[in-house]
Amino acid sequence: MSGLVEPEVAERVLARALAAGGEFAEVFVERNAGMTMAIDESRIESVQSGASAGAGVRVVSGGTTYFAHVDGLDPADLERAAGEAASALRSERAEPRPLEAVASTPHPIEQRPADIAPERKAALLRELDERGRAAGPEIGQFMASYAEVRREVAVANSEGLFTGDDRTRVRIGAQAVARRGDSVETGAETLGGHRGFELFEDDAAAIAESAAGKALTLLDAGPAPAGSMPVVIGGGFGGVLFHEMTGHGLEADHVQKDASVYAGKLGEIVAQPLLTAYDDGRMPNEWGSDSIDDEGTPTQKTMVIEDGRLVSYLYDRLSAGRDGVASTGNGRRESFRHLPVPRMTNTYIAPGEAAPEAMIAEVQQGFYAASFAGGQVDPATGDFVFGVSEGYLIEGGRVTRPCRGATLIGNCLEALAAIDAVGDDFEMKTGVCGKASQKVPVGTGQGHVRIQAMTVGGTEV
Amino acid sequence: MIELARRAVESAVAAGASDAEAYASEDAGREVRAHGGEVESLTAATQRGIGVRAWIGARMGYAYGTDLTDQGIAEIAQRAATGAQIADEDKFAAPPELPVRLIPDIGGKGAPEAGLGLVLSDPTVGEWTVGRVAELALEIERAAVGADSRIAGVEQAVYADSAERVAIASSVGIAGEYERTSCYAYVQALAASDGGRETGLGFDLGRGPASLDAAAIGREGAERATAMIGAGKPQSRSCPVVFDPTVAASFVALIGRGLGADMVQRGRSPFAGLLGSEVASEALVIHDDGFDPEGSASSPFDGEGVPRQRSALIEGGQLRTYLYDSYTARRGGEATTGNAGRGSYRAQPAVSASNLIVAPGAPGFGQLLAEAGEGVLVTDVAGLHSGVNPVTGVFSVGASGRAIRDGGLAEPLREFTIAGDLVAMLKAVRAVGSTPRWVPFGGSVSTPPLLIGELTVAGS
Repeated sequence: MSGLVEPEVAERVLARALAAGGEFAEVFVERNAGMTMAIDESRIESVQSGASAGAGVRVVSGGTTYFAHVDGLDPADLERAAGEAASALRSERAEPRPLEAVASTPHPIEQRPADIAPERKAALLRELDERGRAAGPEIGQFMASYAEVRREVAVANSEGLFTGDDRTRVRIGAQAVARRGDSVETGAETLGGHRGFELFEDDAAAIAESAAGKALTLLDAGPAPAGSMPVVIGGGFGGVLFHEMTGHGLEADHVQKDASVYAGKLGEIVAQPLLTAYDDGRMPNEWGSDSIDDEGTPTQKTMVIEDGRLVSYLYDRLSAGRDGVASTGNGRRESFRHLPVPRMTNTYIAPGEAAPEAMIAEVQQGFYAASFAGGQVDPATGDFVFGVSEGYLIEGGRVTRPCRGATLIGNCLEALAAIDAVGDDFEMKTGVCGKASQKVPVGTGQGHVRIQAMTVGGTEV
Repeated sequence: MIELARRAVESAVAAGASDAEAYASEDAGREVRAHGGEVESLTAATQRGIGVRAWIGARMGYAYGTDLTDQGIAEIAQRAATGAQIADEDKFAAPPELPVRLIPDIGGKGAPEAGLGLVLSDPTVGEWTVGRVAELALEIERAAVGADSRIAGVEQAVYADSAERVAIASSVGIAGEYERTSCYAYVQALAASDGGRETGLGFDLGRGPASLDAAAIGREGAERATAMIGAGKPQSRSCPVVFDPTVAASFVALIGRGLGADMVQRGRSPFAGLLGSEVASEALVIHDDGFDPEGSASSPFDGEGVPRQRSALIEGGQLRTYLYDSYTARRGGEATTGNAGRGSYRAQPAVSASNLIVAPGAPGFGQLLAEAGEGVLVTDVAGLHSGVNPVTGVFSVGASGRAIRDGGLAEPLREFTIAGDLVAMLKAVRAVGSTPRWVPFGGSVSTPPLLIGELTVAGS
């Protein structure tokens, strides 16, 4: 697989991993290389490149997973990891099945970022900088960043699976600071994909104007309201709402420990019939997509909510085994230094039938959260919180003045059930999700969504 | 390690760098996760890598890698030099000058005067077997479950430790090396409430497993979880708020970030332009101390080989200094405060606080509540990464805790937000409690509970 590890070496490593017992062993091999650069104060800086290669070996015995990882791809490094993983085991040797290679089709990359001259990447950042600063004299500062990474991975396990993937991602980000008198506001925008440099061909630098526009809009912002009211969530990154309030609670590890408010709710109605949602790791060239997950299972499109009914959790191998179902291809890890856990890929609410303007027109007094800075949830209690990066009052069915410093807070099950309109528009955005101290790229998406009542935490009581 | 670093410096110079610096680290770590009376996972790991900064005149580039063969190091050095060719000139870009307090060369293991006698390693990290630390994690889970009949279980009980070695060398002549161990343990306890669940975090940290109190960690998780049973929303209002040390530490860490000279010089900090000004209540005194014997961020020198130090940040109500690394010091015409932070060889140095220490005050916890009278005790905050604007200091974050009524603790509260702005909040600190605690959220912070005179609470 990508020349990362020879099958005979992988077989030897798996045999070594099972030498002191265990039902399952796996070796995950990775070689990655990436570079980042930034522009700040109109100067290209922080030009950084990194490369690492290594392997993680796990052995599962009873309810316990033994895991070791090492830097380096020499057969000796891999065997050392296998020996370490097995070192705490004390039972009969088990035999791995012979490996059978399974082909996977990596997402197509037209222009390998590593083949693009660094000067072109710097030129892209300079264009972002110029366009961001040109958005208005009140743009006091502008920063932008560029990142590329290629991860070649191979997975072999004791059930005979031997497969791999070759993943390339690029992402740019823009951040603007606008000033007027004493008021200072920021705006940010990103663009990324499981793609090559071709992602930037179609006016990528427009995100600079979008970031600057948000900051300029907020200069006119007043304090955010505080209290419970109807809330309309914007499309695209608004999908982080579903990611937090439902997606995490559907990850099977939380569910199986009874540490999710969605535990025991499979097959039940959890939302109004207008809501259908998916996790889809196969969306072509999407930020959260891969051809296989980090356990070698092909990624798939999983319907999680069908017309308001909860129809599936998200599984990796171990949690799927416990529930007697197949993995949904959601076993993901940040790198060879981490154990896979059930994680989302691209998660979204499917487009509905409502026109966004009509959804807003029906609200007399409410809040419009056009975009979020991020969010956090405790899947066990269902309590969540979102930072609003761009928010407005809704008065008399119209979006009126912008608000600064708002947070949305609520409980998953209540808020999910309170979604009473889903827009017919749709957009995907890129995010980086942190769980179990591991960061993985995820896509979030939706059209406009309306929640009947939600607590807005501002300063205006 | 130091030899690796030296070789990388030589390679970078050979690749065309006018100056170079290499930071090498090696880390052996392990982690145990326990759940349901069994070990859920056991991880053993080693990591080794090197990061190289190369300057070509006033341009700087960075590269890192894990291939530490001669050829691998040469490639890393070459990539750093290539990066420097792409970067724009920055007249303040240069390696740190040789510190005034010389780091003794390799034989001296890098400890400068003030850092001499710093004991950063605990032998119990090496002495305790995997079986013994696994037992510690299981004991934490048992302590949580046994503390209260309403505890339904734990999400997980975790123990982790690491032993690291760090070396740095530069073409200017900096050369130093140190070793350090650290460990932490935590439990996420689950309490059964009306058909739902409440969670509670118990944690502790130290340099070695012998210093951790499994029973106390389990008990804290159980107490925090059961305390939330039956919680409701508070009335939206402005009122006195008490932060427990975990919450206070999260805010202190944010303040530390705002005091970084990089953010200040680029006009991206609410503290820009406030040096020497009245920024806080006199009750609040904050130091950055890179030598605190208990601090997890303590080290003889910072991420670019400059000796750590102890700096008063906020004292007598005034902002006394920002935090500087060598770049921001040169740019600001100041001396570096030894605050070049570095998470690992994968990151280039950047300004960050070492250990932030809030000086304890006189009042006990009960007195803080009494002084608050009617208000809210905040025991947990959520959404700090998205709810705080680092440029303006305006924040609105999710919170849970207890009502304070008649100067004592009353019913539990959840699903509310607290909002305000960081600088105004510092001025509103009315009292600082007497008992500090080390908290590792967002940095290394030691702080007692804090009483804030007034904050906006949004609930129902």
